[in-house]
Amino acid sequence: MLFRMIRGVLFHQRGKMLLIAFTIALGASLATAMLNVMWDVGDKVNKELKNYGANITVKPKDSSLLSDIYDVGGEEELNTAYLREDELGKLKTIFWAFNIVDFTPFLDARVTLPDNSTVKINGTWFGHHLDLPTGESLDAGITGMRSWWDIVDGKWLDEKEEGAEREVMAGTLLAQSMGWQVGDTVLLSGSHGTREVTIAGIFDAGGDEDEQLYAPLDLVQELTDRENKVSSIEVSALTTPDNELARRAARNPAALSSRDYETWYCTAYVSAICYQIQEVITGSVASAVRQVAESEGNILDKTQLLMVLITILSLIGSALGISNLVTASIMERSQEIGLLKAIGARDYSITGVVMAQILITALAGFAVGYIMGFGFAQLIGHSVFGSAIEMKARVVPIVAGLIALVTLAGSLPAIRMVLRLRPAEVLHGGR
Amino acid sequence: MLKAENIKKRYFQNRGEANYFEAVKELSLTLAPGTVSVLMGRSGSGKTTLLHMLSGLLAPTEGRVLLDGTDIYALPDKELSEKRNRFLAVVPQARSLLDTLTVMENILLPARLYGRVGSEEAARTFMQALGIGHLKDAFPRGLSGGELRRAAIARSLCQDTPILLCDEPTGDLDDENTAIVLDILLKAAKEQGKAVFLATHESEALKIADAAYKMDGGRIEDILIN
Ligand SMILES: Nc1ncnc2c1ncn2[C@@H]1O[C@H](COP(=O)(O)OP(=O)(O)OP(=O)(O)O)[C@@H](O)[C@H]1O
Ligand SMILES: [Mg+2]
Repeated sequence: MLFRMIRGVLFHQRGKMLLIAFTIALGASLATAMLNVMWDVGDKVNKELKNYGANITVKPKDSSLLSDIYDVGGEEELNTAYLREDELGKLKTIFWAFNIVDFTPFLDARVTLPDNSTVKINGTWFGHHLDLPTGESLDAGITGMRSWWDIVDGKWLDEKEEGAEREVMAGTLLAQSMGWQVGDTVLLSGSHGTREVTIAGIFDAGGDEDEQLYAPLDLVQELTDRENKVSSIEVSALTTPDNELARRAARNPAALSSRDYETWYCTAYVSAICYQIQEVITGSVASAVRQVAESEGNILDKTQLLMVLITILSLIGSALGISNLVTASIMERSQEIGLLKAIGARDYSITGVVMAQILITALAGFAVGYIMGFGFAQLIGHSVFGSAIEMKARVVPIVAGLIALVTLAGSLPAIRMVLRLRPAEVLHGGR
Repeated sequence: MLKAENIKKRYFQNRGEANYFEAVKELSLTLAPGTVSVLMGRSGSGKTTLLHMLSGLLAPTEGRVLLDGTDIYALPDKELSEKRNRFLAVVPQARSLLDTLTVMENILLPARLYGRVGSEEAARTFMQALGIGHLKDAFPRGLSGGELRRAAIARSLCQDTPILLCDEPTGDLDDENTAIVLDILLKAAKEQGKAVFLATHESEALKIADAAYKMDGGRIEDILIN
């Protein structure tokens, strides 16, 4: 009979219940869309950051000083200090190893071409396969870290392919001036030898690189007799935006209290990751490419704050709407409620019936709202980020909880009304 | 046994000089089992107000209403609700059926509220006696005022309480049905030993009364009968 009463009222007051469901659906859809976008946007911005290239560079302790002061980075004669190639795998053993998305070493040199002109050649990794001390393995290299390079002709080098150790990539300006085509062979002379290489790809980077050659690290090491040596490492890492603690730590980690130190060390601040990199790479100085990391972090924070605000406002709006509608529906039913009390129904069974109706309605509203929210999220994803938003499973219980809270809060005035309703007043003749 | 002790009711509301209106002036009243008490009086004299106070629906401003010695308005909602259900059946003056249930379901509702099955058999008997047996599966919306009134009476009888309070039970009824209703109420008192209380304009009701009162301006006085 309880069920029939509930169904009866749902059917009886269809218009009002539909409105309540609609209000809830609206709130739920906005909350769903905003929370999904909020979390997904974090991942997306981080990916953008990765596309933007490295956010940490690692250099030998001595050279970094020199090249910073004299701005002579790239002149190999001065580059007397090196890092060790065989230590690179250790990057994936630091505390924040999982935040290290990609990395690649560099070693540059000047080589002489058959016409006696010299060009800069950069040795680096191209999809370099690494077996880690932890037993895992991964491919690292420049390919993912220069995603904006336009391959005008040919392809990216890949060390896993046959013959890659005798291939190079040439910048478009260089290729043009030399009249090189993909597949051409060129003779390169370094300080310690000569090698014949094949042009595997021609790229347009939109910068100085367009006049340079990129080759497998081994090749450059052989040409200049610098076995196992690299002059710098670029690292792409996911980081937490800096706060006051991170800035203090960046100045001098040793000055932190042991508690602060622990917090800092165990948070993915760029300074903490740099610090940990220095711990594993001998004689190195790791520094953040700050502009990028910080501004991205700030914008992300602000966007997410905005979305939380929109979510809260839309939920408050829903609560107000629900409160009006539920109160109106109770007023419409005050005669019935008075009668139920008169024949002995307790306050809590009446509020129970009322709440059951509202919750059934809310559930329907929530289901519709979630689907609508999915649509909204995709709409936002495609119009703002140009890609789909990945729906996070944890949003479902969160939105359900929020909607339950909003529904309960919205129903409170009506419940008070039910409790205060005096049956005598509504059963009075002629009223 | 239901006993009202020195009850009065004030409605707080601006009416001329005072900021309240005394709808029922101090009075005492006893409803004894097996008797029919009839309350007559002009419209607005306070009959419904008094009946509501007696039936546990309206707390008096002063005084107590004792049900078998218990002051019902001192009870918490849970217990007062149970007293209403088990002891104090009311036929309200206003229309009082739930539109979403059939007539039969309405009649069984008081019993069902507390998990009792409620006797459909008894319900059918009362409905037949009241001339609405054919309406048991109808919904209240399509029913006439008199039919609704009789359905409410059937519900209060089915509630199977020792006390039965009716507000204008014959209000919408023709003479023939008035006679039937009065007869049924008389039987409820005499055969089942209920304490029956009627607030009515219908002077025919005096014929079945064991006690009768006239209400005027919130006061009652005994009318001598027979
Ligand atoms: N909730 C209320 N607030 C203020 N005044 C009220 C209220 N209920 C009733 N009254 C007033 O109390 C007086 C008595 O009302 P009551 O309904 O008890 O009269 P009645 O004798 O039942 O009349 P009728 O025969 O028309 O049903 C009336 O003047 C009415 O206006
Ligand atoms: Mg009245």
